[in-house]
Amino acid sequence: MIRIFSILAGLFFILGLLWSMTIDTMAFAADGLPTSPEKEFHIEHPKALSLSSNGPFGKFDKAQLQRGFGVYREVCSQCHSLKHVAYRDLTALGYSENAIKAIAAKATINAKDPLSGELKDRPGLPSDHFAPVVYGGKGVPPDLSLITKAREGGAAYVYSLLTGYAAQPAKLANKPETKTPDGLYYNPYFANLNIAMPPPLAADGLVTYSDGTVATKDQMAKDVSAFLTWTAEPKLEARHQTGFMWIGLMLFITVLSFMAYRNVWSGTKH
Amino acid sequence: MSFPWAKQYTPSHPAMVWLDEKLPLPRLIYGAVGAGYEVPRNLNYFWNFGFMAGLCLMIQIVTGIVLAMHFAPDTGLAFDSTEHIMRDVNWGWMLRYGHSNGAALFFAVIYLHIFRGFYYGSYKAPREMIWLLGVTIFLLMMATAFMGYVLPWGQMSYWAAQVITGFFTAFPLIGDGLKEWLLGGFAPDNATLNRFFSLHFLLPFVILGVVILHIWSLHIPGSSNPTGVEVKTKADTVPFHPYYTAKDGWTVGLFMVIYGLFVFYMPNSMGHPDNYIPANPMQTPAHIVPEWYFWPFYAILRSFTQPLLFIPGKLMGVLAMFASILVWFFMPWLDKSPVRSAKFRPLYRKFFWALVLDVLVLGYCGVSPPEQPYILLAQLATIYYFAHFFIIVPIVSSIERPEPLPFSITEAVLGHDGQAALAAKG
Ligand code: HEC
Ligand code: HEM
Repeated sequence: MIRIFSILAGLFFILGLLWSMTIDTMAFAADGLPTSPEKEFHIEHPKALSLSSNGPFGKFDKAQLQRGFGVYREVCSQCHSLKHVAYRDLTALGYSENAIKAIAAKATINAKDPLSGELKDRPGLPSDHFAPVVYGGKGVPPDLSLITKAREGGAAYVYSLLTGYAAQPAKLANKPETKTPDGLYYNPYFANLNIAMPPPLAADGLVTYSDGTVATKDQMAKDVSAFLTWTAEPKLEARHQTGFMWIGLMLFITVLSFMAYRNVWSGTKH
Repeated sequence: MSFPWAKQYTPSHPAMVWLDEKLPLPRLIYGAVGAGYEVPRNLNYFWNFGFMAGLCLMIQIVTGIVLAMHFAPDTGLAFDSTEHIMRDVNWGWMLRYGHSNGAALFFAVIYLHIFRGFYYGSYKAPREMIWLLGVTIFLLMMATAFMGYVLPWGQMSYWAAQVITGFFTAFPLIGDGLKEWLLGGFAPDNATLNRFFSLHFLLPFVILGVVILHIWSLHIPGSSNPTGVEVKTKADTVPFHPYYTAKDGWTVGLFMVIYGLFVFYMPNSMGHPDNYIPANPMQTPAHIVPEWYFWPFYAILRSFTQPLLFIPGKLMGVLAMFASILVWFFMPWLDKSPVRSAKFRPLYRKFFWALVLDVLVLGYCGVSPPEQPYILLAQLATIYYFAHFFIIVPIVSSIERPEPLPFSITEAVLGHDGQAALAAKG
């Protein structure tokens, strides 16, 4: 009885599927595979970016993070906030306490005054998070703290996006419905091809690196991508190191307990 | 509760004798996972996953409780408090990555545990109750995982809550009211986040309770085994301790190595990047996809695109998705073959492997965008899924001619069995 009921229920679902499949497949046969400008021109795989933090033993390159922070501060911070990072976190980049105090003091923080309880502007302190950024232009610049974890491709994506601005292919530019609208910029790494962010690293030398590295567009893009890897995953080095200890310890325990297991079962066929 | 030849607990130390009279807890442990519990000697490694699932549940509870100490279930704070855990709480990053990757590995372990059941016919009499409780656990796990995923209040969290509670609107008349009741509003909001947090904290303990029942009912017939032939004599079994404590023990080490690889070296490999974007009700993500362990069911849901007679496609999809799991409850009665193990069921064995392949294809379709050719592939795979459980299993079990079974576990292991020789003579 239950089996007859089951077969009937199964046939019911299969009938529903066959019906859906027939209609969908007929439409599919008529229309072919779906196409769109994004499908044709979007570059899914970002350019290769090799960072010292990559790989199981990866560590941050502090000099590079400092350069990247410079790029963020001089360029990106006009539009993008970095709200999950506190000024004191910058000690991880090798800045001294005084340097961090100075960096924080340049920011204006709107916070409760401890005496009056009113909201007041005051210079930033190392314990403050990066100040919010007001942006008046077109589009919504996302907070960058987590951007390398919030996009497929991570830091390599950010690097590719920054260096990927290009002239629109004629095939798209010639048609009014696919032409990049005014105020947007063509970038094949961006999911819908037209991004509201004007090319931020359009010229070499936008920042002056104190370590003497030449600030080419490519170098700045690399450095800021490295910096944003750190802002998204500040505990990366501790994670890699703890992992090494963990795996080592667990392998050791596994080998010992495997030997114990062999010992217990020796002489018992199974 | 066990075989007559199982050892009895005999405390020798006066303190233990005293305790045994007042509260026989050591006796319980001795009989349940100690030397007093007799287990078939021929279990293969697929029988390790139950123990490992128990370990996973413990890991989830411990990491979860500590996370809850730092988490703020408020739509304005949840995302930031999660980042606070990742950045400022000591070892917070390890707890969070441990909890999220732990959940994924828990599902991996459970799927192996369930498919072990399908292959070796573990759901058959006298183990139906173990199986029914198991499927119940699986449903509870799905609910728990879903609600946990909503907590960090990222884009995927929010939209998962939106989409999954949206299923219920497929039901005529009561649908919209049901969704509203589940969410505590018209869309996911603070009320939703608060109740999901409350339930996500509660459900693991409910699961723990059902696991205890699961193991209790397991200990009445005892474990089945790869031959599917029931235990006959003492020669067929070994005591759980030290034999299976040692065998389960070393694979726990192996599990910890794999777990460590995920937590420390690829902690985001199974997550979706969009969940690092704070929830935004005004912006629908390009592709809403659940975690990988739900992909096959998501593919089933989306395969029903057209109405059948008066039933809308969406309702069909929701019914099919529920049915695809609920049918497992009926396995003990749909499969009437007296032979448990697929080892001796040539026809069922082929269909079993077809099912494994089918579920992998469904998973692939579930993560792909809802467009051709994935829709067609998903529809074909869903047809096989329903054909398998609803039609093939009952029919195969009545027409198949199984291969000869060994007389006993001992004969299967040693190639001969004194008892078998006696039986042949008599
Ligand atoms: C003039 C303002 C401006 C500056 C300067 C700027 N951006 Fe942007 N950025 C934007 C805007 C606006 C968007 C949103 C674009 C959109 O959604 O179309 C954006 C988006 C982004 C995105 C996200 C793209 C995506 O996938 O959604 C990244 C990454 C990014 N910017 C990085 C940077 C970096 C790194 C810098 C510094 C080198 C920088 N931006 C400088 C305005 C700016
Ligand atoms: C938290 C989740 C679970 C835990 C902790 C758990 C634990 C266990 C343990 C310890 C065993 C004995 C060892 C073994 O056979 O692996 C077992 C057996 C079993 N479990 Fe589970 N289980 C869980 C979920 C499930 C689910 C979801 C199902 C099925 C849908 C299931 C079905 C079974 C069956 C049928 C057996 C008996 C197997 C046999 O003897 O052949 N369990 N379980």
